[in-house]
Formats: sequence, C-alpha cells, structure tokens
Amino acid sequence: MNQSVDTRRRNFLKASAAVGGGLILGFYVPTRGATIAAAAEPPPPLDPNAWLRIAEDGTVTIIVAKAEMGQGVYTSMPMLIAEELECDWNQIRIEPAPVAPVYNHTVFGVQVTGGSTSVSSSWEQLRTVGAAAREMLIQAAADLWEVAPPACRAENGKVRHLASGREIGFGALSARAARLPVPTRMQLKDPKRFKIIGRSMPRLDTPAKLDGSARFGLDVTIPDMLVAVVARPPVFGAKLKNLRDQKARAVPGVQVVARVPTGVVVAARDFWSALQGREALELEWDEGDGGKLSSESLLKQYAELAKTPGAVARRDGDPETALAAAAKKIEAVYEVPYLAHATMEPLNCVVELGPERCEIWTGTQFQSGDRNAAALAAGLKPEQVTIHTMLLGGGFGRRANPHSDFVSEAVQVAKELKKPVKVVWTREDDTRGGHYRPLWYSKLAGGLDGEGKPVAWSHRIVGQSIIAGTAFEQAMIHNGIDGASVEGAADLPYAIPNLQVDLHSPTNPVPVQWWRSVGHSHTGFVVEGFIDELAAAAGRDPLQFRRELLAGHPRHKGVLELAAEKAGWGKPSAEGRGWGLAMHASFGSFVAQVAEVSVDAKGQIRVHRVVCAVDCGRVVNPDTVKAQMESGIVFGLSAALLGEITLHNGRVQQSNFHDYPILRLDETPEIEVHIVPSQEPPTGVGEPGVPPIAAAVANAVFAATGTRLRRLPMTVERVKEAGKTVTRKS
Amino acid sequence: MIMLNVNGKDHQLEVAPDVPLLWVIREQLKITGTKYGCGLSLCGACTVLVDGKATRSCVTPVSEVAGKKVVTVEGLKEGLGERLRLAWTEEEVPQCGYCQPGQIMAAAALLGETPEPDDAQIDAAMSGNLCRCGTYPRIRRAIHRAARMTPERSES
Repeated sequence: MNQSVDTRRRNFLKASAAVGGGLILGFYVPTRGATIAAAAEPPPPLDPNAWLRIAEDGTVTIIVAKAEMGQGVYTSMPMLIAEELECDWNQIRIEPAPVAPVYNHTVFGVQVTGGSTSVSSSWEQLRTVGAAAREMLIQAAADLWEVAPPACRAENGKVRHLASGREIGFGALSARAARLPVPTRMQLKDPKRFKIIGRSMPRLDTPAKLDGSARFGLDVTIPDMLVAVVARPPVFGAKLKNLRDQKARAVPGVQVVARVPTGVVVAARDFWSALQGREALELEWDEGDGGKLSSESLLKQYAELAKTPGAVARRDGDPETALAAAAKKIEAVYEVPYLAHATMEPLNCVVELGPERCEIWTGTQFQSGDRNAAALAAGLKPEQVTIHTMLLGGGFGRRANPHSDFVSEAVQVAKELKKPVKVVWTREDDTRGGHYRPLWYSKLAGGLDGEGKPVAWSHRIVGQSIIAGTAFEQAMIHNGIDGASVEGAADLPYAIPNLQVDLHSPTNPVPVQWWRSVGHSHTGFVVEGFIDELAAAAGRDPLQFRRELLAGHPRHKGVLELAAEKAGWGKPSAEGRGWGLAMHASFGSFVAQVAEVSVDAKGQIRVHRVVCAVDCGRVVNPDTVKAQMESGIVFGLSAALLGEITLHNGRVQQSNFHDYPILRLDETPEIEVHIVPSQEPPTGVGEPGVPPIAAAVANAVFAATGTRLRRLPMTVERVKEAGKTVTRKS
Repeated sequence: MIMLNVNGKDHQLEVAPDVPLLWVIREQLKITGTKYGCGLSLCGACTVLVDGKATRSCVTPVSEVAGKKVVTVEGLKEGLGERLRLAWTEEEVPQCGYCQPGQIMAAAALLGETPEPDDAQIDAAMSGNLCRCGTYPRIRRAIHRAARMTPERSES
C-alpha cells in the first residue's frame, strides 16, 4: 500500500534555488518523543543546504546528518532518498551535514548518531524528502511539455512522458523545479515497488577507504597548525600540584607548554616532538580519593550493596514467597568489568579559534552537544561554532560523549595556545582516558517448581549510571532508575510469574559512558547465562526451555528457532566441542546466536563457529545488516574472551593492545548470519549483534565442559578458577 | 638530511633520524592513508611496504629506510593493488575503514610472497592487523578472492 504523507503537518519542507542553479530541498521534522530540547520551541530556520542538492549536471548531492563510523549510513541514508527520488544511483554524492537543527535526530531532538537508530529515525523523513523532490521534478517536466504530471514518470535520473516517450534529465529540470512550491501531500512508494531498499547496494564510502583518500579527523591539517598532546592526571579526579617543564621546553620542536583545565598541554610543530616534550615533563599530582580506587575493592563494595534491596525497576507477583516455596532454588553472581571502546582511530580534534568564531574538525557522533560545549569553552555563542564531521575511525559510543570531553579540551587548548591546533590522544591516552562501559555486578536467584518450570526470578544489578550527571538525566532517569542500567533485564521476555529486577547505582570517580549496546552489553550476558542455568537445573534442553517461556513473543521465538535450525541444534556436537545459544532483544531488534566452542587442556576457549539470526524489521541494505552482525559478534567476543579495564591504586592498569587485547583474525570464528524476512518498520543493527554472544559462548563452554562461567572476560585463569568451584545449585 | 623514496618519488628531508617513519609520511610528506593506531607495532594500522616487506612504520626509525623503497596504500597502484581493491570492494570489507590501508598493505606483502595462500598462511600474515569493526571474515575471503583473480588480466 502506498503511504500518504502530509507535509503540511510536518511543516517546513522547503525548496530553494541553489547557488549556480539547481534544486535544493530541505525538510524540518518537529521532534517527538523523548527530547532534551523544549517541544514548544519555534522551528529553527532551515539550513540552506538541508538534505538534497540536484545540480544542473544531474549530480545528486545527499547531505547525511548521521556520522559514518562503519555502520554504513553514508549508503543507507542515500538509499532512503534515492528509492523515492528515482535518481541514478551512480550520480549520487554524499556530504556530511553541518550542525543545524534541521539535522536533529527525529526522536532524540539533538544532532546525534547513536542507539542504533539512524535508519529507524530517518525511515519516513528521508523517503519524504526524496518523494517531494521527485514530485517537483515531474511537475517541472510536465510544465515544460504542457502535459499532466500523472502522464509522466521519474526513473533513473530522468522524467519520461509515457505517451510520447520524451525524456529529460533531472539536471536539466532542477532549476525549473526549484521555483515550484513543495507539494503538500505526496505518496510514498508501496514497498512492493522498492528497487533500492532491500537490495545490497555497494557502499558509497568504500573506494576512498581503499586508496588512502578517506579523511578521518586525524588526517586533517590546517595552515599554521600545532600538534598537541595533553598530560592528563594518572588518577581520575587528581589535581596538578606541581609542574616543572624546563626539560620539556628544551625538547627540539616543542613550542608551548601550558596548563589547561584537563592537565598540561605540550604543543609542537609535529606529533613526535610534542610526545617527546610530554615525556620530559615533571609533574606532581594531588590524587585525592581517586588514588585509593581498585576494581577489587569496588566489587567488594558492590557485593555488600547487593545484600540490600535496590530501586525496583520491575516487579511481577511475589518473587520472595515464590522463591521460598520453590522446589529448586538456583543462585548466582555475575560480574563484568570496565571496558574501553578502543576505536582504531584514537581520539583527536582539530580547532581553529578566532575572536568571533570557532571551527572544529573531528570525528564525532554528537554534533549538537559538542557545539554547545565548544561554545562554552571558547566563550562564544553556539551559532559561532562550526563542526566539520570527519569520517570516524570507529565510534561505538565513545565519540558521543555527553560531556564532549575531547572536543571541549581541544577548544581549551586552542584558547591557551592562540593558534590552530590538533590535539592527538595516543593509544595509551585513549585507553586510560576513562568513559568506560561500567563495571557491573549482578546477583540472581531463580526458582523452579516440581516440574522444572521457572516460577520465580530475582535480579539485583549494581553499577554506575552512565546517564547521571549528563544533560540526558532528566529525560532518561525515572524514579531512581537509569533505564540504561536495567535495559535487557527489566524487560525480560520469558514468562516467569514472580519476578523482580532492582538496581543500585553507586557513584565513584571513574568516568563511564555508553559502549556499543549500552546496558544490554551486560544484561545480555547475565540474563541469557542465568536462564541457561535454570534450564540445566531443570534438566531441560536450553532451546526447548526458552521456547516454552516465549509463547507471547513470536519475534523473540522466531530468531531463536531460526538460529537453532540453521546451526543444526540437537545434532550431536563434535568430540570435545559444545554448543550454546543465547537470544536477546535490543534497540527494537531480535538476535539469537548459537556458538560452537571447545576448551583445551590449558583452559583456553576456542570459538569455532557462530550462527546468528536477526529480525530487524524491514531491511534496507541486507549486506550491511550481515556486516553489522559479524561486527557485533567479533566486538562482543573481544569483551567475552579478552577485554578488561582494571584499576589498582586508582590507576588504569591497561594501556595498549598488548594488555587490552581485541580479537585477531586467527581467533575469529566462522560466522553465518540469517535475516528473518519482515514487513515491520526497520529497527537497529549496529548494536544488537553484541549482547547475546558472551552468553552463547559461556553456555557452550558449559555444554562442552560442565563449567559455568559467570565472570568476563573468560580468560584461561577464569576458566580454571570456575572449573574448580562447584556450580552453585541447591 | 635523509633521502627517502616513497611511492616512487624521492624526498630529501630535514628530520631527526629516530623519528618513526609513520610520522614522517603523515606529517612531513602529508600522505595520510597510513594510520596511527598504537605506536607499538601492536595493531598494524601503520603497515607499509619497505622493499616489498610489510613493515610497521610506527616503530621504524626513518633513518632505517633511507635509500629503500617505501610504498604506502596510495602507491599501491596497478596489478596487485587493483586486484586487492577489487576483491575488497566485492566482499564489502571496510566498515569504519581506518585499519584497511594497513590490512591491504599486509595482504599485498602476503600475496607478493605467497600468491595463493591457504587459511593458515592468511592467519599467520594477517593476525597482527587489528580491526575493531570485526571485518576479519571478509578480509579472509577478500584475500582468497584476490588470489583467484588472474594477475595477467588485471595487470595488463
């Protein structure tokens, strides 16, 4: 069915003639839902370059408001427009959007890329932009030929008059189309007629990523620019007590050594000199309380807290009574560590600051927050700040910092130096710079009745809130519950009549932040591990056990069954190998994974194969969906098997890839991805591949060895340690 | 004064001998396809060819390559370069793309020495190149694909 869109309701679809001719089309969607911008604010003026420019040579430039960090938005966003516009795919160019309200996220109300929402939040918006432009081009051709618009059709970058076969290109029509009013009502295509959406279109950003021409933030050079590194505190919250910089200043090439709010900046003509200069600094810090922090003491503190009830995120029935009356009671504690994002491109930011303006080049996921923070640091108005969004050498949430830490600091550095500057974070700076996925402690209890049916579930979560203290606090924390702490746990889909999920949100000086799949990055592991424990305690097959508890959840069940079927669940596993499965819903999508693993005599886990099923609604680019699942699985395996940020005496003990390893090619399993066909609206793919994998592996290790792993990462030491303890069943 | 040949072009550079090749390429020559990832030869993002051998430019003092032929991703042109780029495109390997120049240079060195590598040889040659987006399964397929392409045809 065609979908009719009334643009008057949405307002502010505007067209204008491009400089040098051509059609420019803009579109402003008032935000809905959760937003940190006041809903009653008048619509801001449309940016003159809004969404689309059609040049007289037929080139279609599509402005992409989402940051490209690997997830494929520089292709999927153009696909949404091109589907309706009927342009020639080969004539599409892409341009990153500047910061302007027109580019705000249609749900979040700020310009941000995150939450696996680029496609879902742009789905109607960008198709409407394409449809409006198409209707105007058809109208322009109809006017030219003096025929009725319905007698014409747009196809492959041209408008054709059906009866006469006359054709004219979009480029030749663009100036004429620009003078027409924007249609107030238009038809979006019947999905049955989709030619681009649903096809694996080649990624538009690929060629530049293969010949060295792709430009990331770190590749930016501007005239007269210094390169700077910052010596930051060795302990979170420490203050600089004493600075001796004579030796640093003596390093050839070093131009400036100065205090900035985050530490001491050393600036030189080149990176290497700046780094040598920083190494020559003599610094004394007042460590404050941060110097006492350690992961071990935090876990002890969390375990103490978990003995008392927390804020209730969900309560069904009477879990205490049901647990007491259960035929069998199972208890377990799960722990996951702090994790760094470890994007391949370390953080960096280029700033040119003048008295009236501030220009920034960086890879960012959060332009509006960064612009406000930059303005504050520079003493300017937000409108005086320009941000050039470069390609991101990975984001995973790190480059959407609610405090804009790396941008704000770079502006402070530029202010101090009074020169254009590129602030570079070394890998060590990046690893030790904080804003980690929090350390989480989960305490669970489950009860089975005489037939092995689960009758009670209690899940107590302890960990820092990533939202508290940010601009998102008011919108996202309700009744003491940070939704991001309990997501994937409080919305447990399994039918268990008596259930409680409660939360403690302790504070400490370690900066924490969203990390790919956010709260689901811990709850996926915990919930899918513990449900597997209940299945084992009931003596049931993990697949059948879950299926029976998902009666009212066809999409959860659908991915579970598809993954199991494709993996060949139920067939005997090869000698020494075990299979585990896990299913988790996040960001509107449903993902199930079956992992096949073996554990050698030393306790080293090897993941041989992962079969993944995903239901993400209607698929825009199938190959991208597959790529994102593969990516989520590899990313999740790094956390499951290898990654851990620990603190001792307040110091982060890891610094680089030797002690914060990520998965390598020779450790990567075979991965198969299967997509559930769906007509539901599109949902997320960037993050939902991550949450199930650690549980699928832990459950497979249990199947292979009988050892239940409840602590990440599942290193050789942890496997040995867990193998020695008796699994905690009563 | 150090004499450097990068991508077939000679450069006379005023640079301290211990500066890593990576920063000379990126900052002095302004050839930025070669990436900084770790600075300790742990991730492979900085991989270039020095006389045909995969070399981590982040830990290679510039003085060590004086008089040798350095090739960066920008200089990997016809023949092998084209085959690799085609294979990488057909397998849709890149995601964020930051590590890919290093991956391609490591693959070029591998195929230069072993025209038809098996999985174990790919593991051995490529496991020093990290990819946080997890494009490894596609990298493996792309190397096999590039190996299968007829060199005569694409190099003619």
